[in-house]
Amino acid sequence: MSDLEARLKTLMLRGLAGDAAAHAELLGMLAGYLRGFFARKMGRNATDLEDLVQESLLAIHLKRDTYDRAQPFTAWAFTIARYKLIDWYRRNRSRGTEPLEQATEMFGSDDTAEVAVRRDLRKLVATLPEKQRVLLEDVKIVGLSNAEAAKKAGMTEGAVKVSIHRSLQTLMKRARSED
Amino acid sequence: MKTDELITLLARDATPVNKGALPARLVAVVLVGALAAFIILVPWLGIRPDLAEAVGGMTYWMKTIYTLGLGVSGFALVERLSRPDAKGLFGWILVGIFAVTIIALAVVQLASTSPDQMRAAFMGATWDKCPWRILALSLPGLVLILWAMRHLAPTRLALAGAAAGLLAGGVAATVYGIHCAETAAPFVALWYSVGVILSAGLGALLGPRVLRW
Repeated sequence: MSDLEARLKTLMLRGLAGDAAAHAELLGMLAGYLRGFFARKMGRNATDLEDLVQESLLAIHLKRDTYDRAQPFTAWAFTIARYKLIDWYRRNRSRGTEPLEQATEMFGSDDTAEVAVRRDLRKLVATLPEKQRVLLEDVKIVGLSNAEAAKKAGMTEGAVKVSIHRSLQTLMKRARSED
Repeated sequence: MKTDELITLLARDATPVNKGALPARLVAVVLVGALAAFIILVPWLGIRPDLAEAVGGMTYWMKTIYTLGLGVSGFALVERLSRPDAKGLFGWILVGIFAVTIIALAVVQLASTSPDQMRAAFMGATWDKCPWRILALSLPGLVLILWAMRHLAPTRLALAGAAAGLLAGGVAATVYGIHCAETAAPFVALWYSVGVILSAGLGALLGPRVLRW
């Protein structure tokens, strides 16, 4: 656990400094732990499992400015996952049966085998405002760099970054209200 | 969209995050809230005519330090409770210190108050207006702080909302002190506190409704 804490925290700190590769590696590792954790809580066959993994990853990413670098990273990430799980229980009018107290519960084992999503985020992308949607598709699907996408859209690179960030925030909001 | 694809997309958004960005954002919001309260106060209630004189005396500062203290405690709590897995112990200790201090001052003052002056020391001339005015002045700040917190990640929503109300209420009470000429410590300990508690209570009610993310 403490090895894992040190490893994840290092990746998080590098990500917060702007290291995209470290950030991707962190999210990739977290995806496995989130999947394992939610599978134990919801059942491996829960149709929403991968949706909740994605929603939690979006939240962990979008809320990363709330991470206090003086505190353990695993506790922070676990609290977000637990919040999302409780939120899911609440939206689905079902009850969580056991109290969820320990971060070790989530970081005990991971599950890297992705399962199928029920609510495809791609459908939500389609509901974004035209300009935001095109930019998101340019960088994600077409694979343009931010600079190339900026040039194509006639925007500054900073504006492209802001637009992508806003799109992700909108996606997180809509992912919640979809259920 | 597969989770791997999502991660690739999120990594594209991995801009550097400044360490002090969260408190700085909250400070900005609080200052706007304080300014809004002041702008409402001046035409509505006006500034006490003897303000210049009052700031030279002890009682004005007793009141101001107490209410500002509540605001600072509220800020410490908001700053913590806007993050997942944070408890805000320091903020609670601060609230306790300021509350105990004002109560102690009130008790000391009451000890030298004659029985026929007791009622005046507690009720002043504006006891029925003071808490409501503080609550009213806290509203713009409360809305702004809750709005800012919504973009952060509070996980205990009622508590986070109460902290927002404590912060907005402490700031509003401080601004209200520019108008209010009540000087007795028992009055401040009672009615100013009630005003701030109303604001905190409103925040606690709103928290679970508006802070979800």
